[in-house]
Amino acid sequence: MNDLTPTREQRSAALEGMGCKRKRVEDIRFTQGKGNYVDDVKLPGMLHGDFVRSPHPHARVKKIDDSEALKVPGVLAVITAETLKTVNLAWMPTLAGDVQMVLADGKVLFQNQEVAFVVATDRYAADDGINKVIVEYEPLPPLVDPFKSMDADAPVLREDLVGKTTGAHGPRKHHNHIFEWTVGDKELTDAAFKKAEVTIKEMISYHRTHPSPLETCQCVCSFDKIKGELTIYGTFQAPHVIRTVVSLIAKLPEQKIHVIAPDIGGGFGNKVGAYPGYICAAVASIVTGKPVKWVEDRIENLTATSFARDYHMTTEIAATKDGKVTGLRVHVLADHGAFDACADPSKWPAGFFNIVTGSYDFPTAHLAVDGVYTNKAPGGVAYRCSFRVTEAAYCIERAMDILAQKLNMDPAELRLKNFIKPEQFPYHSALGWEYDSGDYHTAMRKMMETTGYAALRKEQAEKRAAFKRGETREIMGLGVSFFTEIVGAGPSKNCDILGIAMFDSCEIRMHPTGAGIARMGTKSQGQGHETTWAQIIATEIGIPADNIMVEEGNTDTAPYGLGTYGSRSTPVAGAAIAMAARKIKAKAQMIAAYKLEVHEDDLEFDIDGFRVKGLPEKFMSMKDICWAAYNSVPPGMEPGLEAVSYYDPPNMTYPFGAYLCVMDIDVDTGVYKVRRFYALDDCGTRINPMIIEGQVHGGLTEAFAIAMGQEIRYDEVGNVVTGSFMDFFMPTAVETPHWETDFTVTPSPHHPIGAKGVGESPNVGGVPAFSNAVNDAFSFLGATHIQMPHDYWRNWKAAKDLGAVA
Amino acid sequence: MIPGSFSYHRPASVADAVKLLSDLGDDARPLAGGHSLVPMMKLRLATPAHLVDLHGIATLKGIRRDGSNLVIGAMTTQHELLASDDIAQSMPILHEAALLIADPQVRYRGTIGGNVANGDPGNDMPALMMTAGATYRLEGAGGARDVAAADFYQGAYFTALEPGEILTAVSIPVPAAGHGYAYEKLKRKVGDYATAAAAVVLTMSGGKVATCSIGLTNVHETPLLATDAAKAVIGTSLDAATLKKAAAAAEAIMAPAADARGPVEYRKHVGGIMVTRALQRAAAKAK
Repeated sequence: MNDLTPTREQRSAALEGMGCKRKRVEDIRFTQGKGNYVDDVKLPGMLHGDFVRSPHPHARVKKIDDSEALKVPGVLAVITAETLKTVNLAWMPTLAGDVQMVLADGKVLFQNQEVAFVVATDRYAADDGINKVIVEYEPLPPLVDPFKSMDADAPVLREDLVGKTTGAHGPRKHHNHIFEWTVGDKELTDAAFKKAEVTIKEMISYHRTHPSPLETCQCVCSFDKIKGELTIYGTFQAPHVIRTVVSLIAKLPEQKIHVIAPDIGGGFGNKVGAYPGYICAAVASIVTGKPVKWVEDRIENLTATSFARDYHMTTEIAATKDGKVTGLRVHVLADHGAFDACADPSKWPAGFFNIVTGSYDFPTAHLAVDGVYTNKAPGGVAYRCSFRVTEAAYCIERAMDILAQKLNMDPAELRLKNFIKPEQFPYHSALGWEYDSGDYHTAMRKMMETTGYAALRKEQAEKRAAFKRGETREIMGLGVSFFTEIVGAGPSKNCDILGIAMFDSCEIRMHPTGAGIARMGTKSQGQGHETTWAQIIATEIGIPADNIMVEEGNTDTAPYGLGTYGSRSTPVAGAAIAMAARKIKAKAQMIAAYKLEVHEDDLEFDIDGFRVKGLPEKFMSMKDICWAAYNSVPPGMEPGLEAVSYYDPPNMTYPFGAYLCVMDIDVDTGVYKVRRFYALDDCGTRINPMIIEGQVHGGLTEAFAIAMGQEIRYDEVGNVVTGSFMDFFMPTAVETPHWETDFTVTPSPHHPIGAKGVGESPNVGGVPAFSNAVNDAFSFLGATHIQMPHDYWRNWKAAKDLGAVA
Repeated sequence: MIPGSFSYHRPASVADAVKLLSDLGDDARPLAGGHSLVPMMKLRLATPAHLVDLHGIATLKGIRRDGSNLVIGAMTTQHELLASDDIAQSMPILHEAALLIADPQVRYRGTIGGNVANGDPGNDMPALMMTAGATYRLEGAGGARDVAAADFYQGAYFTALEPGEILTAVSIPVPAAGHGYAYEKLKRKVGDYATAAAAVVLTMSGGKVATCSIGLTNVHETPLLATDAAKAVIGTSLDAATLKKAAAAAEAIMAPAADARGPVEYRKHVGGIMVTRALQRAAAKAK
């Protein structure tokens, strides 16, 4: 060895493996405007489609007259439900077991519903065309309030379901009822409430909002009549699932469908399911023989493409006088709009809402969810959320604060008293989950110490006294949130989409020079997979991350996987990567043993190669092993160095975190200021701390938006009034608070590298932190629960209702 | 979100622009920064057959002094207003308000003429111009005329502009040295129109308000001059009772629409608070 020999630290650092704050490799193209998005796809002879949409929330379609539209220069075709019926595609299945109109079939059920699809030689002509299609409607009474959906005299929305007393998830109680889903022990829970010393009950609503990715949903469909092949470029979070669904509903052989998801500008759950635009573009391509592009605009995305949340959760907690919880009872009224277009694993009509016991040791719990139809856009999808976990976390975290208030206990103390203890893991929850690992007390105490929680409470008490003396018009709130997420869908024993088990996959192929390519069944929409997946491989097999190219999104080349949503990529595909890498490593060890002339068992892996135990100078680098794999393998061994792994996770992963929001509110205007926001996340093993931090920043910003104003709102007659970023709150850098991030590390015991998901945690934990801060600020004036969103005027109204403003 | 087809014209002089507008009639619209018109065209709520782009007319740009007035060409952008030392020093409320208009990208393109001529009650500059006692120069086939900002606004998007006329310049009397000023704007986020906003220009003498002018943005179908509120503070030291009276007088003339910014009651309430805060801040700044 001489001075130029790299140290172990240098060799390890050169890999840029797990734990390294590696810069995102995809940003080189994104920051220079060189990404390749669906709207960048331009095929020869490509046509453009655009929708005629309904101005009515509920109406009968009497007549569609396309004669004037067809006279518009450039307009080639107008597709209606009647056209689609000729190929049996007027309706399509949803991932939730419902069916959805592709184009209005006799009726429209929500404002801006797709009525006709105009195909033209350019985008302008298509828009000229939609303005010339004359649709005759007969308005029907709209049903807007989900609490009135099951009234005896409620209008019948879904005429296709008349007489059907059973839906995809069991019996239907009413013509506007979709499903009832119950979990837990009702008798035991009722008994716990009967003998409870203290109970609370509150109807906690999580309003309708929208994932609103900056890139809207879009596709280019190209049907080759000669080959009988359909190529679809689309903004798909789950391209393989799309291919299978297209194959099943269009009756095309799966090998003749090529689904390509290029760069995607944000998904957040909006791009998991299928939308009428995809079907119409595909049919239009088949009809015209030309490629057809469909790109929705912002108004269409916000008002017609799947929304999120809209859960109305009547929540009860039973507890002892000294603050030990003894039971939880929740009833949810779920507003799905006109069609149940949730994108949950198929057997879970309310997703994983049964994580609603949260981080607390509830001895018993019972949950019932009723899904209903209204005249609103269909959904709801999991907006940066593992299937209704955001709703569940909001429900329990708000309810715990309400209980703390009733008991006159500090909300942090109440949580510490009821947390699942470290020695209880793996923990079986009353509603059926097995939590893999956690150390909640440590995380909570770290949050309290780092933020100076006790001092903040003292300051709050002083400010409240000053407010009461009339010395200030500002009130201060502390929002505590402690969430447990459930991510990594999922084990085949309980998770599938339309019957396809929710595994994920990785294929690694090493090249002779020590470089390689890894292909995945997942699809990044901004998560940075090209960066982090290479880091896992780098650490596992000792090849620098820079030498590994990561490729996703092309169903012809990538191994089958279920895609990226629900924070499942790291828990499922991340595991597949490690397992595939370990297969590579195992073969590499055999090759190294042969070349170093020792037995395999005499070798140990050392950062970037194999070393003979006890003989440090006898070493073969992985780079050299890659070369040998192609030209001097042991006798009897096949040449080459590649592996594929399909990973069926044994369990979900359960990331958690402790958040604190410090907020000041001017009661006269309702204007709030987030003075401080601290987020401690525990996502197990940390692959790239910088990407985790970025994910936390993004998720917190969305949580801030949702809690403080972001909503899809309908007026009382069913007009959607939040159709643009003027009224749909999308915070800019100016409004966004400063984020303080922190972490603890409690690895998942069942995951090959101990990692859990993180992308959604900040959205899940952030919303209750903001909402609890607002509620905490007003609590000393007598408030128990103020519904979200907490925008300025609603804060002022809360103050006014509490008598704090004249 | 795709506009219909239109013809594009780019005249080089005001005379040419005026001629085009009068020849083309109702089907033509002048185009300044386009921040109001182009989105309306994308929604096909506006479908002009002809756009007369004013960017080619050099004389419509620039800021100059004319005696005791500041004259600003209609095609001067918000960004150029912000870059002007003369405005920052002699008319600082204009600088302060321009900074509250949308974001830098919008301000690079948006013009003072477009902002005041469109008649959108959400725009910030009209109330400011009324407060400052500005006049607008309007030029049409029949020649040029000057109209006081206070007489210009007739209803939402309805102004004193006659068909074929173009607003070519804004003339603002430079306020007295040592005046106090403030533009208080409550908005939900960057780029939003005001939930309510108030402009105040005043002078103080011996600790009491000597002169005062108050303008209101987005609390009525037109910008408003709150003359009663301004009268209520003259001769006072802006004590709590006076501020309350002024806010009430201002609220009495407000008639905002209920929208996502809040119900009518809230928008009037915060309108009053904007008046109070603007008066207090302006008084503190006066010398």
